[in-house]
Formats: sequence, structure tokens, C-alpha cells
Amino acid sequence: MSHTDTIGGARIAVTGGTAGLGRALVGQFKEAGASVALVARTATEVERVAKETGAVGIVADVGRADDVHPIALQVTGGLGGLDVLINNASDLGPVPLAPLADTTDAAFEAALAVSLLGPFRLTKALLGALAGSAREGRGGLVINISSDAATSAYAGWGAYSASKAALRHMSAIWDEEMSESGVRFLSIDPGDMDTALHAAALPDADRTALRHPAEAAREVIAAIVDAWPRAATVPVEVDG
Amino acid sequence: MIAAGARSEAAARLLVVGADGRIRHRRGSDLVRQVRSGDLVVANDAATIPASLAARHVRSGCTVEIRLAAWASPDDPAAFVALVFGEGDHRTRTEDRALPPPVRPNDVLTVGPLRATVLDLLGSPRLIRLRFSVSGAALWAAFARHGRPIQYAHVPDPLGLGDVWTPLAARPFAFEPPSAGFALGWRALSALRACGVGVATLTHAAGVSSTGDPDLDRRLPLDEPYVIPSQTAAAIAAVRSRGGRVVAIGTTVVRALEAASTGDGVVSAGAGVATGRVTAATAINVVDAVLTGVHQPGESHFELLRAFADATVLQHMSTALEAGGYRSHEFGDVVLIERQGRCAPADHDATTGREPVPA
Ligand SMILES: NC(=O)c1ccc[n+]([C@@H]2O[C@H](COP(=O)([O-])OP(=O)(O)OC[C@H]3O[C@@H](n4cnc5c(N)ncnc54)[C@H](OP(=O)(O)O)[C@@H]3O)[C@@H](O)[C@H]2O)c1
Repeated sequence: MSHTDTIGGARIAVTGGTAGLGRALVGQFKEAGASVALVARTATEVERVAKETGAVGIVADVGRADDVHPIALQVTGGLGGLDVLINNASDLGPVPLAPLADTTDAAFEAALAVSLLGPFRLTKALLGALAGSAREGRGGLVINISSDAATSAYAGWGAYSASKAALRHMSAIWDEEMSESGVRFLSIDPGDMDTALHAAALPDADRTALRHPAEAAREVIAAIVDAWPRAATVPVEVDG
Repeated sequence: MIAAGARSEAAARLLVVGADGRIRHRRGSDLVRQVRSGDLVVANDAATIPASLAARHVRSGCTVEIRLAAWASPDDPAAFVALVFGEGDHRTRTEDRALPPPVRPNDVLTVGPLRATVLDLLGSPRLIRLRFSVSGAALWAAFARHGRPIQYAHVPDPLGLGDVWTPLAARPFAFEPPSAGFALGWRALSALRACGVGVATLTHAAGVSSTGDPDLDRRLPLDEPYVIPSQTAAAIAAVRSRGGRVVAIGTTVVRALEAASTGDGVVSAGAGVATGRVTAATAINVVDAVLTGVHQPGESHFELLRAFADATVLQHMSTALEAGGYRSHEFGDVVLIERQGRCAPADHDATTGREPVPA
């Protein structure tokens, strides 16, 4: 099945959609014919990318509890429902990176708020839409963008890693609980990419050794296409 | 935020009125025991629009509250029927709110940067049709920023969107929450499936439940658009063909299914508009039982129940609700009423025969 067959016509929301991996995903989804909504904090950037791509732009901070339902309202109002949610926005924790012993409570909490609580709350707020999409045979898929830091212990990455490890495990539990409703969850590590986040974490890295986010986006989309048949239609009625 | 426990499945109470008119007191979490394998539960998955907008009436310079009450037409995503209130806020009961300054056709109302034009008045100084200058994403963005859910005088703390979206809320289409849906959490959905009960949804634009004006209230509910997925229509046909029951979660589901059905109980999938009241004179062709909040005689939600049960049974119900101290209103307790004359209800409760003491 080609990407356009699967993704074309799908309604997709991407958090952190104005830069890096999120921006690449928004562009590729739009090219494939999907309806897309993107979320980021910087209004001018949201406007710019919305204009460039034709996506619905939503200005909000996924780390703020009060922003979550307004995001869900604009996503489901703007797209008429939702088939795929991509929790991509994350928070690096202290910059420059710091050992846990030097990490402030505030920096640790901020990382958890954006990278873990945000996806948790947004998923809950959009679960009705995703399950509705599954009942109508359109899928119902949540992609949580992970990292190798979720499974490996790198000194200096404590707050970020803890949030990513928890996000990864939460995805697995969501998947256990929601599969009977037809909503599936995938955790995807995009690999090291040449983005602002990477530059903030490792300013001295050899950027030529990093992947272009567009390449990682193509892999994420391939994983979505692969997972699509698993996001199977749930029959609304049970055989009696 | 309202106290979370105030409307959790477990905390709520459930009064069951069987097809034989028998009344039983149950816990909200016992809903699952009132349906049986082969039944189909149908819920309204409309999410609630933040329909209360702080606005300025440009000609008078007065601050007003616009309360979006219904879609003006299913084909116009920028036009609404709305109530307009003058000074005061939700802590004043709707019926005691001041009138707005005189509003005329072509007047402009502003909501933040958004402009709305008054199309006409609907036979009252506070019921109008208006159209916003934008629709789609721009309108949702403005509602997200400048709107908040309709508030209730009996809920003193401000209600946020998260308080008024039911667990199944899928897209913003309703003006007040289809509140019976609060009884259907994910745990209950899972339990229903495990019991062989199907779960389906439709999307119905529940309008405002009260205008604060007895004359206007008599015109409620306003015309309400709905959309029925083909999977839901097919599931209803399958359940009916094998003699299972269709259980509506909320009166809005009854309105949509009965509006979309032919006399023989076949439900057409697709979009439609439910008009007029369901009353004692309405033939119910599809729905076998309805779960609803606790309402008072005269309210349109209560009057709809007359299509399910006669005056004597409803009188017994009201007496039992009052004696049992059941909580009315959006976030209160619930009642399950079977259409009278349907076969006797199954209650898999092990305590059948011994009336459990209400929680
Ligand atoms: N880059 C890598 O090497 C790498 C490696 C492994 C995993 N990842 C993961 O891949 C994902 C994308 O990273 P990236 O490198 O593409 O990041 P990026 O280039 O820095 O872009 C981050 C995007 O998220 C938005 N954002 C940040 N905080 C937000 C918040 N609180 N609310 C809403 N939007 C927010 C940003 O816009 P605003 O600032 O305007 O909000 C921007 O659109 C992240 O989950 C990251 O952890 C990256």
C-alpha cells in the first residue's frame, strides 16, 4: 500500500510541528494529502508553517494543563475528528545539560510536564476522537516520539531520559488498555537528527554525522503505514 | 474545576425504571448490570463548544454575554442561534439575568478580534441569529481563546472544557454536554464489551437546556443537527434483527435515532436535523431504554420520557427520586428508563429481591 493510499485523507495532529522532525512530518503528511494540525508555542512560527503547508496552526504549550483542551478543541474542530496523534514536542531539561545532582526541581518538572504529562493529557483529551475514528474504520493511532535516551543511561541527560523512559512505558500500557477500542500506540526513536534540540544538547557535535529530520520523518511515516492495519476496525456490535 | 468525585461513575447513583414499571435503586457503576449480552449501547460523542463568549455590543458599547445555543443551519459553520445577556454572570440564575441592550439586525458584536453580525431576532429581545466573519480553524481558535463552557449557578467554581467533555467526546458539536455520557467511562465501556454488549456512537448537537425565559424554554429543544455513522446504523439493524435492545445514553441519542428512523425502526445513516419535541404522542421506533439525568416535569428532557412511560410510572419515578435525594442537573445522578411494555428487565445483580440501600 502506498503512503498516499494510507495517509491521504487521514486527519493527523503533530505537536512541535514548526521545527525539526515535527516540521518535516507536517510537510510530508500534507504532500501525501492528509489534513494536518500542528501545535507549537511561538505564534509567528505557527502562522508561518500553517501558511507554508496549509495545515491548521495551533498556538499552545503542551506542558500547560490549561492548554490541553483548547488544543483538543482546535484539532478536532479544525480537522472534523482525528485519526493519528503524534506527540513529538519535548523538553530537554537543563540547558546546558547537567548531571542529575545539579538539576533543579523546576528543570526536572518542566521536562516531565512537556515530554510526559503533556502527551498523557493530550492523549486523554483526544481519546474520544481517536476511538471514534477506530469505530468508523479509519484507524486510531498515537505515535509517541521517543529516543535512545529512553533505554540507555547517558550522563547529563537525566531529566530528559527519565521523561522519555516513562513516555515509552506509558505508550506500552496505553496500547494494552486501548487496543480493544481500536486505538494503537507506537513509540518511535527517530535517531540523532540535525535540529535545534540536538544543537542545544551537544553544541560541539559533528553535524555532518547527523541525519536530516526529513529522513527520520520518512521512517516515522513508514512505521505509521506499517502499523495501520493493526489499528484495526473495532466492530461496534458484538456478535450475539 | 468541579470536584472530580461529583460525577464519577462510582459516585453517581442510578434509578432504574423497568419495563414493568418497577423501580430499583442502584449505584452508577451498576449500569453494566442493567444491560445484557446482545444489547447495543448508543452514546452521543459530541464534544462541548466553549459556548459562553464575553462580547461587546458595538452600537451601545455595552458588555454582553453571548451564549451560543444551537447551529443556525447544518450547512453554515459560522452561523448560530444565540442568547444574549446583559450585566451579570453565571452566579446569577439564568432566569434572573438582565436583558441585553436592544439588539437589532445588522448590529455588530465583537468577541476579542472576532466580529459577528446579528442576522435577526427570534421573537425575543434575547434570542438572535448571528454569523461570525470567519469559520473553521479561525473560529475554533477564537472560541478556544475567548470562550468558556456555559456555566451553571449551582456549580460555583468555574467549569473548564475538561469538565464538560464526556469521556467519548470526539469533536466540538454540542452547546451543553450530553451529560448522560459522563456515566460511560472507559472502564464501563470495557465491562460492557466483556459482557457482549455493543457500543456505538452518533454525534448530536445538543443545544442549550434553559434560556432563563419560560416562553423561550417552551420552544426548546431548538433544531439540532446530528450525524449517524453507517457502522452505527448497521449495528442497530443487527441488534434489532436478533431481538436485542437499543439503549440510548442520553435524550439527545433518542432525538437523533428517532428523527433518523422510519416507522419500522430502520435508522438511516448520515446527517439530519432533529426538530420539535419528543412527547407522549411520539411513537418510539428504535430506542428500548434511555439513560438520562434527573429532570423536572416541564423540562424538555423530562417530557421526552413520556414517550417511554406513562404519567403514573413517571410520577412514581419522581417520587422515588425525591425521596432518595437524587441529585438533578448536569453533573448529578442518572435514571435508566425502559420503554414500558418491553419484556421485563434483566438485572444480573446478585441482590435482586433484596433492595440494596441507596449509596
Ligand atoms: N534531534 C535529535 O537528535 C533527537 C534524537 C532523539 C529523539 N528526538 C526527539 O524528537 C522529537 C523532535 O525533536 P526535534 O529535534 O525535531 O526538536 P526541535 O527541532 O527543537 O523542534 C521542537 C519543536 O517543538 C516545539 N515545542 C517545544 N516545546 C514545546 C511545548 N512545550 N509545547 C508545544 N510545542 C513545543 C518547538 O516550537 P516552539 O519552541 O515554538 O514551541 C518546535 O516546533 C522530540 O521528541 C525529541 O526528543 C530528537
